[in-house]
Amino acid sequence: MTVSAEDPLVVAGRELRSRLILGTGGFPRMETLAEAIRVSGTGLVTVALRRIDPQSPHSLADVLQECGVDVLPNTAGCFTARDAVLTAGLAREAFETDWIKLEVIGDERTLLPDATELLSAAEQLVAQGFTVLPYTTDDPVLARRLEDVGCAAVMPLGSPIGSGMGIRNAYNLQLIVERAGVPVILDAGVGTASDAALAMELGCDAVLCASAISRAEDPRAMARAIRAGVEGGRLARLAGRIPRRLHAEASSSFEGLAEL
Amino acid sequence: MIWLNGRELEGRDGVTVADLLTELGVEPQARGVAVAVDGEVVPRADWTRRAVEPGARVEALTAMQGG
Repeated sequence: MTVSAEDPLVVAGRELRSRLILGTGGFPRMETLAEAIRVSGTGLVTVALRRIDPQSPHSLADVLQECGVDVLPNTAGCFTARDAVLTAGLAREAFETDWIKLEVIGDERTLLPDATELLSAAEQLVAQGFTVLPYTTDDPVLARRLEDVGCAAVMPLGSPIGSGMGIRNAYNLQLIVERAGVPVILDAGVGTASDAALAMELGCDAVLCASAISRAEDPRAMARAIRAGVEGGRLARLAGRIPRRLHAEASSSFEGLAEL
Repeated sequence: MIWLNGRELEGRDGVTVADLLTELGVEPQARGVAVAVDGEVVPRADWTRRAVEPGARVEALTAMQGG
C-alpha cells in the first residue's frame, strides 16, 4: 500500500489520491505531460481556460481523461475579482466541477496575488456554491481571512510562480499551518524535490507543482523525484522530528566506556 | 458584425452559439468547452437556441495547459 493510500488528503469532503497536485503548464508535449501525470501519481491536475484555437490538434481535456485524473480549473490570468468570478463560472460550465483554483494576480512582473480582489472573488464564489482553493501570499492573516469567508483550502506561495526559489518564508508558512482549519497546499515556488519535502515537513497538507516538473531537463524523472519528496516530507512530519539544538547530544552512551 | 474570440465575423440573422462553435471546429456537445456572450455564461443547454445579436462579443473557451 502506498503512503498516500494510508494517509489520504481530504479537501471539502473529497478524498484525493495523492498529496501532489500537478499543474499542466509548461510541458513541451502532451506525451511528456501524460508521462509526468502517471509517474507523479497525482489524481488532480490544474488547467487554464483559454480561447479555442481551431489550429490546435490536441485536446487537453481528452488527454487528461485518458490519464484518469480529475481537473482543477484555475482562473490564471485574471487581474480582477469580476474576471475571476466570470472565469470560474465558465470553468464550471466547461468541466462540470464546482472546484476552482482561484488566482487573482496583482502584478505582471511578480505574478503575486492581489489580496483585496482575491478575498472579494473568494467571497462571491463561495456564495455561488463553488469549492474555492485560493492561490494566496504567505500572509497568515490573509490566509485566515480566506478561510473565514469559506474557502475549502488555502494555497500559499513558497515564492513567485515559476521562480523555483523554494520556500522563502518558512516562518510564515508555519504560522499559516498552525492556525489553519482547512488544508494548506503549497502553491508556487517549488524548484526541486527538497522544496516539496520541506513544505510537507513544515506541515503543509499537499504541494502543487508545475514548472519544477514541466520545465525540468527530464520532466518524467523530476515528477518521480518530487513525488518522493512529498511522500518523504509527509512521513517525516508524521514521524515527529527531533528538536534542533545548539550543541551535540551523543548517541553513544559514555557509560561503560573503557579507560584506555 | 459579431466578435468571436476577438475576431470579426459577418453577423447572420438567427446565428446561434452552436453555429459559431461549428465555425471554430467544435462539435456540438464537445467536452471542456464554455461560452460567454457579452460577459455572461451561456449554459451548454442553450447553445442551439441562443441567438447571437449583431455587435455581440462571444468568447469560446476550452482547457489549455496552465499552472
